[in-house]
Amino acid sequence: MEELIEKLKEIRDDIDFKTETKMVESGLLASFDIIQIVAMISEEYDVKVPISELIPANFNSVEALYAMIQKLEDE
Amino acid sequence: MIQRITDYLDITAECFAEKTAFADDNRKMTFAELKTEACQVATALIKSELFKKPVAIYMDKQTECVSAMMGAAYSGNFYTVLDAHMPVARIEKILDTLLPEAVLTTEKYAETVGSFAGGTQVYVYEELMTSPADLKAVDAAKGKVISSDVLYVLFTSGSTGMPKGVIISHRAVLEYCEWLAACFPLDKNTVFGNQTPFYFVMSGLDIFQTIRNGSTTYIIPRMAFSFPGMLMNYLKENKINTLYWVPSALCMIANMGALPEIRLPHLRFVMFSGEVMPTKQLNMWRREYPDVLFANAYGPTELTDICAYYILDREIKDNESIPIGKACEHMDILILDSNDQPAGQGEVGELCGRGPSLAYGYYNEPEKTAAAFVQNPLNHEYPEKIYRTGDLVRYNEYGELIFVSRKDFQIKHMGHRIELGEIETAVSALDKIDRACCLYDSKRSQIVLYYIGKIETGEIRERLKLVLPEYMIPNKIHQLDSMPMNLNGKIDRAALKAQFH
Repeated sequence: MEELIEKLKEIRDDIDFKTETKMVESGLLASFDIIQIVAMISEEYDVKVPISELIPANFNSVEALYAMIQKLEDE
Repeated sequence: MIQRITDYLDITAECFAEKTAFADDNRKMTFAELKTEACQVATALIKSELFKKPVAIYMDKQTECVSAMMGAAYSGNFYTVLDAHMPVARIEKILDTLLPEAVLTTEKYAETVGSFAGGTQVYVYEELMTSPADLKAVDAAKGKVISSDVLYVLFTSGSTGMPKGVIISHRAVLEYCEWLAACFPLDKNTVFGNQTPFYFVMSGLDIFQTIRNGSTTYIIPRMAFSFPGMLMNYLKENKINTLYWVPSALCMIANMGALPEIRLPHLRFVMFSGEVMPTKQLNMWRREYPDVLFANAYGPTELTDICAYYILDREIKDNESIPIGKACEHMDILILDSNDQPAGQGEVGELCGRGPSLAYGYYNEPEKTAAAFVQNPLNHEYPEKIYRTGDLVRYNEYGELIFVSRKDFQIKHMGHRIELGEIETAVSALDKIDRACCLYDSKRSQIVLYYIGKIETGEIRERLKLVLPEYMIPNKIHQLDSMPMNLNGKIDRAALKAQFH
């Protein structure tokens, strides 16, 4: 999880990823950021995020992102 | 006789009273409600004795934004839509030029608006809804509006960063509406999925066609444009059949692989405008929806959104650009060479437009107006204005208009005249390229290419050498994870330029 936060900080260093739980709904993440996060995940974790997982709920918090990555790695 | 945009609403509010006109996440607004609320807004403006005055609208993108626009129009005033997501610096520049006499806002933003409104009267929508409309007063105000009066002033981004307020009359919009309805399958059964912001000229198609035909517009939540699956499901669930979007939004769906995943059984008409649509991604859409009508629209805000169009009726190869076709039936196009003479057959020239949808100019900017809105150089007999778009075009072998490049993107490099658009077309056609944008770093005399896609820069260079002359091969090639986008959802060229190093 710490590693993921570090990687996210490289994309947006102005967001407190540890505490945010509504990153999408609050408008904190722009579509530009989400595309970058998806690219980062496929590069760092070697998993492709399918359309079905590309939903706001998976991007609202670090926990949700982490859970999605783990699920994709297990598949 | 239809004289003003509100005359459309007078008719549809009768014929389609209980039908949904506009819908957002919070509300479905019927045509009857739209008219009633617009008249309530108008009543307040009339009471303040405002007539032919600028009214700023500061709201989220919501159904009530449309009734606020129509309220300004019913009262004989004209509106400028500001967006709550706009940077404050931009809003201040706009207000300095527009000098509005009233600002319409919602409770949510009353305080924010108060901080920049100065002495300008602020009207809070929810408060206006507590008193009934004075229909007699509204009818009297409306009766004084003629078709040449201003409907809205729309501020364009402007490459210099100074927004310019384009002045558009009721007549300009009515001619645009009538042409659209005659040319395309737009009617009471149309269900729009609105992508474009309300301060952007393209949104006028969704809004005014809905009001004209008794159609329905769904205001798609901004968030959906980050999540293609969510977006496609939204379109499907709401039975949306018509899209008029910027190419970047259509490309996002194609590039993320969402097209084969989710079918849109209701889709019947897709049109795009605002920037060049990459052919490869359009072909992905066309393959998936062979029976849907696709059209490319072209035009600047100054000509009320569209002055040329092309209906995709033949196969276009991935390495070919999509034509902008021919002039709209209500407009005329001149292609002028550097001596202001008609460009010869197949020659590149500047596209200039004339016709009833021509804007009056830029609000409170006589010099900028005089530079772009000029006397038709081919007409020496009487005063007639044309608008110089700054876009370079030519006719192809089929007699179709082709967009070549912005005049500002035509560069002189190593002694050659080069259109950056031509390089972009070549790059976009390569396999595995999702988006490409080409710029010129004049300080270092280098062509710089930015792209997204799973392809190495060396391979791009090798493959471009097969299709472009040596002097057109980009000197620097940068791979990006994503393209910066401006407020309208188009590629932000200024932000890319800022990355030169």
